[in-house]
Amino acid sequence: MSEHIVSPKLYLGIILTLMVLTAVTVGAAYVELGPWNIVVALVIATLKATLVVLYFMHVRYSPGRTKLIVVAGVFWLGLLLFMTLADYATRSWY
Amino acid sequence: MSATESRPAEQFPEKHYLNADYGIRSWLLTTDHKRIALLYLVSVTFFFFIGGIFAGMIRLHLLTPKGALVSPEVYNRLFTMHGVAMIFFFLIPAIPAVLGNFFMPLMIGAKDLAFPKINLLSWYLYMIGGGLALFSFMSGGLDTGWTFYTPLSSVYSNSAVAPAVLGIFINGFSSILTGLNFLVTVHTMRAPGMTWFRLPMFVWANYATSIIMILGTPVVATTLALAGMERLFHLGFFNPQLGGDPVLFQHLFWFYSHPAVYIMILPAMGVISEIIPTFSRKPLFGYKVMAAASLAIAVIGFLVWAHHMFVAGQSTYAALAFSFLTMLVAVPSAIKTFNWTATMYRGSISFETPMIYAFGFLGLFLVGGLTGLFLGTLGVDIHVHDTYFIVAHFHYIMVGGAVMGYMGGLHYWWPKISGRMYPDTLARFSAVVLFIGFNLTFFPQFLMGYAGMPRRYHSYPPEFQVLNILSTAGATVLAVGYILPIIYLLWSLRYGPVAGRNPWPSTGLEWQTDSPPPTENFHVTPTVTWEAYDFENRPDLGLDKPLKTDDSGRGHD
Amino acid sequence: MHRTGELYGHFETLEQQRESASLGMWIFLITEVMFFGGIFLAYTVNRHANPVAFAMGSNTLDLKLGAFNTGVLLASSFTMAMAVWAGHTGKQKLITLFLILTLLLGGIFLGVKTVEYAAKFEHHLVPGSSFHIPAEDVSAAAAKADPDFAAHAQLFFSLYFGMTGLHALHMVVGAGLLIWLIRQSMQGRFTAKYNTPVEMVGLYWHFVDIVWIYLFPLLYLIDRRHK
Repeated sequence: MSEHIVSPKLYLGIILTLMVLTAVTVGAAYVELGPWNIVVALVIATLKATLVVLYFMHVRYSPGRTKLIVVAGVFWLGLLLFMTLADYATRSWY
Repeated sequence: MSATESRPAEQFPEKHYLNADYGIRSWLLTTDHKRIALLYLVSVTFFFFIGGIFAGMIRLHLLTPKGALVSPEVYNRLFTMHGVAMIFFFLIPAIPAVLGNFFMPLMIGAKDLAFPKINLLSWYLYMIGGGLALFSFMSGGLDTGWTFYTPLSSVYSNSAVAPAVLGIFINGFSSILTGLNFLVTVHTMRAPGMTWFRLPMFVWANYATSIIMILGTPVVATTLALAGMERLFHLGFFNPQLGGDPVLFQHLFWFYSHPAVYIMILPAMGVISEIIPTFSRKPLFGYKVMAAASLAIAVIGFLVWAHHMFVAGQSTYAALAFSFLTMLVAVPSAIKTFNWTATMYRGSISFETPMIYAFGFLGLFLVGGLTGLFLGTLGVDIHVHDTYFIVAHFHYIMVGGAVMGYMGGLHYWWPKISGRMYPDTLARFSAVVLFIGFNLTFFPQFLMGYAGMPRRYHSYPPEFQVLNILSTAGATVLAVGYILPIIYLLWSLRYGPVAGRNPWPSTGLEWQTDSPPPTENFHVTPTVTWEAYDFENRPDLGLDKPLKTDDSGRGHD
Repeated sequence: MHRTGELYGHFETLEQQRESASLGMWIFLITEVMFFGGIFLAYTVNRHANPVAFAMGSNTLDLKLGAFNTGVLLASSFTMAMAVWAGHTGKQKLITLFLILTLLLGGIFLGVKTVEYAAKFEHHLVPGSSFHIPAEDVSAAAAKADPDFAAHAQLFFSLYFGMTGLHALHMVVGAGLLIWLIRQSMQGRFTAKYNTPVEMVGLYWHFVDIVWIYLFPLLYLIDRRHK
């Protein structure tokens, strides 16, 4: 299996990016964006999570099976959230 | 019964997993998947009879329109505890944890599951969860319905909700760990030559079931934890008075609990897919399609949950979408049913006990499945929602389907588990009794439900009495069908004739080893060179010998 | 179950054992995703129904501590990744060093969390019978927009404690696993050939980090601009 060794330099780059993104998300919270504030916050969070999954958790260098598991997990979480929220979004009285 | 006439007589193996070690410690601390399966066998049977006693009391109570036995409050507790015991502590673990645990490693040629200690941990979690549920039953009972709908469960109920919820929460982790163990086992523990498309269908079925277990169960754990905290600390996640939403609970609950129906039925389908080729002496029709259908049921099963909530106040558009998606599940289920029938077509069918259960399964699952389509249709559901029509429908699936599959599997593999045969005539008789009793119990419930008798009421208008009496009479017959197997299976442990390695005979790897198998399953790690259910190219099975039907009724040897 | 060196008896090879462990860990993490997923859904629906109370509740949280903790946890993920790297390259001393650093950062995170929790207890913002929001803390606009403000604010704090508490519980379990690893690492058990436990705990630790990556904006950053 994956014995791909990532250089510490890359890890250092990732952690610095993560720190910058954290600062950006805090800053963005103080900018008036209306309903887009939450969207920006979640996009940045997803960006950070993706970096952690791909590099710290080595998924980028892992076999297809691991990638499939990750995608399946995200997909099912999406099902739960999307299909439930679809009900709330289409209620005429809510 | 003459088990071995046309082939050399087989001896009972000297050393096997049952006598490998003695004493209570050797059972309670075992990591052998076969012994853990037997621990599960004993414990799920226990819960089955607990649930059965509640069922018997419900049926007795409903003999008269005003209720013959208990007060309304106690009646609420009876049907709730019946549901909780049967669903969470019998149906969900029954086939995977007993038959799957025992046979998956044998069928793929592995020495054990990938994580034997976690397997034992699963059983302990199950026992702790079951213990808490029993505690709840005995300390005030439980009256919320097995669905624990809020705010009844979180605010108004005066029964022991908290321990039951905690018990089911803990039991959920047993289920998750079993699913995890199975998935990893199928991926990494297969014997040389056991490719994915040589796996027996029972393995595929358990694989699909495990997917549901690991993706669905965590959600119900969260849900019940939130409901439990809401009850204990007066929070309001699901309470409109405090800003929450009760329909949210139903979404979260059914996200797991609808797929949970497939946790019950998929392994039963797997069992049937083993039994039918064996007793038709023909390869399973459409192997790859069957495997794909199992996975499709597991996936589509996650897309239909809100059909339980058509009248609960969700949006009309969501209801429409869920109604449509519900129809989709019928497709892989129908494919499976067609393929089983096609497997039997021009087969050399013999009517041993497991096959009779399989026939029972086919008929009952068909009725249960088709009535499911009625209920998935929005307009019809509004008419029959919360009536006995629903009760009959899901008993046809869960008892007619899952329990028939479980009984069939138990009879099919009993010679391997115990090394001995049970009395065949008696067993076939009892399978027929079960089938008749089941239909007598639940078919009248379709009629009452369609005529409008609501479920979960302790009394009913007098015009329903005839049907209710029929149903109660059927339940009595059904009980005989469940008690008889216990007696003759236990009898066979001591007095049954030696079964030999492959009594039916069947093509699976599990039949290549001793009965009962040694602790390490196979004396030498097997190498698989044949396709699944390939009866034609297997001279070792002795199928070329002429068919002989003696009064034991078994076609071969 | 017998065992030869690092290999358990029911496996044929070390490679098979490693593969099983890795696959098992990933599947476990997916169950964790779904486990947290249920709470995130409850959060979303409740927040959507009670926007005013959630914004107000969020603004009582200490953003400086929250942001600091986010940095600490991200840093611990970095040191954990480095420990795994040290494992793969067989640098035994570095494995121990990075594991200890990770544990320290995890400890700092939990310490800060305790400070935050203590402040909430002091201000009676813990859900339950003593939950109380002083009337002067509720702006007139908020009181007008949401008459049942106190109950709804309690909902926010229930979710805050539920989500961060569950996360903290995972951190405590992770810290326990780290201590177990450090002890083995000091005995020199991990080599370039065998370091599966370090890798598995690493995966778990990163997952817990990811949960926090979402918790931080969802809990701390609601409607900050109006403060």
